[in-house]
Amino acid sequence: MLPDHPSDTSIGIVTPQSLHIEQPLKLACGVVLETHDLVYETYGELNSAKSNGILLCHALSGDHHAAGFYQGDSRPGWWEHYVGPGKPIDTDKFFVVSVNNIGSCFGSTGPTSINPDTGKPWGSDFPSLRARDWVESQKLLMEHLGIECWAAVVGGSLGGMQAMRWSLEHPDKLLNAVVIASSMKLTAQNIAFNEIARRAIKSDPDFCDGRYLEHNKAPLKGLALARMIGHVTYLSDELMGQKFGRQLRIGDLIDRNTDPIEFQVESYLNYQGDKFSDSFDANSYILITKMLDYFDLSREYNSDPVAAFAHAKCNFLVLSFSSDWRFAPERSREITDALMSAGKSVSYVEIESDKGHDAFLLPNERYEKALGGYLSRVANRLGAPAGDGQ
Amino acid sequence: MNQDFDFIRNWIAPNTRVLDLGCGDGTLLLSLQQQHNILGYGLEVDPEAINQCIANGVNVIEQDLNQGLTNFADGSFDTVVMTQALQAMRFPHLVLDEMLRIGRECIITFPNFGYWRTRAYLNFYGRMPVTKQLAYQWYDTPNIHFFTYADFETLCVERNINILHRQCIAEHFPSTKLKSLWPNLFTQTAVYHLSR
Repeated sequence: MLPDHPSDTSIGIVTPQSLHIEQPLKLACGVVLETHDLVYETYGELNSAKSNGILLCHALSGDHHAAGFYQGDSRPGWWEHYVGPGKPIDTDKFFVVSVNNIGSCFGSTGPTSINPDTGKPWGSDFPSLRARDWVESQKLLMEHLGIECWAAVVGGSLGGMQAMRWSLEHPDKLLNAVVIASSMKLTAQNIAFNEIARRAIKSDPDFCDGRYLEHNKAPLKGLALARMIGHVTYLSDELMGQKFGRQLRIGDLIDRNTDPIEFQVESYLNYQGDKFSDSFDANSYILITKMLDYFDLSREYNSDPVAAFAHAKCNFLVLSFSSDWRFAPERSREITDALMSAGKSVSYVEIESDKGHDAFLLPNERYEKALGGYLSRVANRLGAPAGDGQ
Repeated sequence: MNQDFDFIRNWIAPNTRVLDLGCGDGTLLLSLQQQHNILGYGLEVDPEAINQCIANGVNVIEQDLNQGLTNFADGSFDTVVMTQALQAMRFPHLVLDEMLRIGRECIITFPNFGYWRTRAYLNFYGRMPVTKQLAYQWYDTPNIHFFTYADFETLCVERNINILHRQCIAEHFPSTKLKSLWPNLFTQTAVYHLSR
């Protein structure tokens, strides 16, 4: 079903593009990808000075489809609420680039791609990735688009990690980094949840040591379970209470009832798990959760975040959400404190929300104002509005 | 423009690090950035004020001063400023200690509750003063610790705080003339420049 009318606040119909990159990409693990493909979307127009580019960095399960609608599809992109004409990431002012990163499974080179050395899908042999590998790959796309410096690199969760890594690896290539619901490194609890998810996938008999594609199988149940665990941790107790409470979908809790009973929350979680396992690749999930675990912003700077951020030149906006317990506000405050100690320009807003980690994707007035206000100032200082032909 | 800001600007050296506790819409930091090229950060909790700071290009950090300032290292700022907020702190003396720990110097401004009009209000009406500067009823005021110029002087002596400069602000005659003779009676707003 098509939306009745492409809302005037939506970017409308979008079409993904694909780029085959011939330039070898040396990964942090030492493996070289001789070539790789990137699928991406762009919204808005690049101005003549090529100064209004914003890079969107997706999180664990994200893709390139951040905003707008595909022809014939009623579901908008994952950040539709924040990306579009007049929205916080304003496509009337900015040229927004949203890329599916390598190792993911939406068309960019990843575990489901063919390994040129074997002629078979990479599967679990796909090289281990770090956030910096995504940054380097994004930089190749940036060069292809002719952009020398991003007006901003923006991302939530793992996306925020990329934005921070950009600021250290290529300090002259971005003017602003917007780091949302993120962290300089995962806590033990966070790694633990990721390992439970990976174990769930690997325990599925159809996982076949990660070579399920060669056997025409997929560990759908394991991946669904992994997602169910993850999904619970991305919500807050409060929100689940409001949304589902103890409501029953099937049956009754009265005495002597022997009929099946199902809570709404069970049904919801099972549905979410199954929906996810139909659209995501299990090896990608393992690969990217490990990438999250391995991320440690300041490891190579003697584990000193202040020394790390000393290399950054851009301005920062750091945002967190009060009920987010996987990327808790404390983690964002650590980022902010390190940036202040390093003498960097930073603003930090802790947004009241009962929606847990997922809040970074959902409508919230304060969030919109903080992000929109910050980027509006970024746009004003570019001097040249999009497509002004100067 | 607030008169106290003029004194503050004179006491802050160019190219220094300034922390403004309760920075409001960032007016002070913005003027310090523009005139003195300082590196400034403001702490604020009011959402609307935070948005204005962001729009003004002022670094603003959402942080509740009553939750402590332990995330700031000793001597990490040249100057720590607090304008018109000490009376709203839960433990003003501890906040003052923290300011002097974090900053080499501190600047404090506060409404003098010993001002003659405030005294007269309480004296004649027998009710808690509601003035232009303190425009709240007793039950909804954020200002929970009223103190006078003389009280603050005493506190500085008790806690071995060094007063580098002090300025008294009064808007109207005759206070403008009399404030230097009887500061506790004729100062509306006191501005202090402090160090350890």
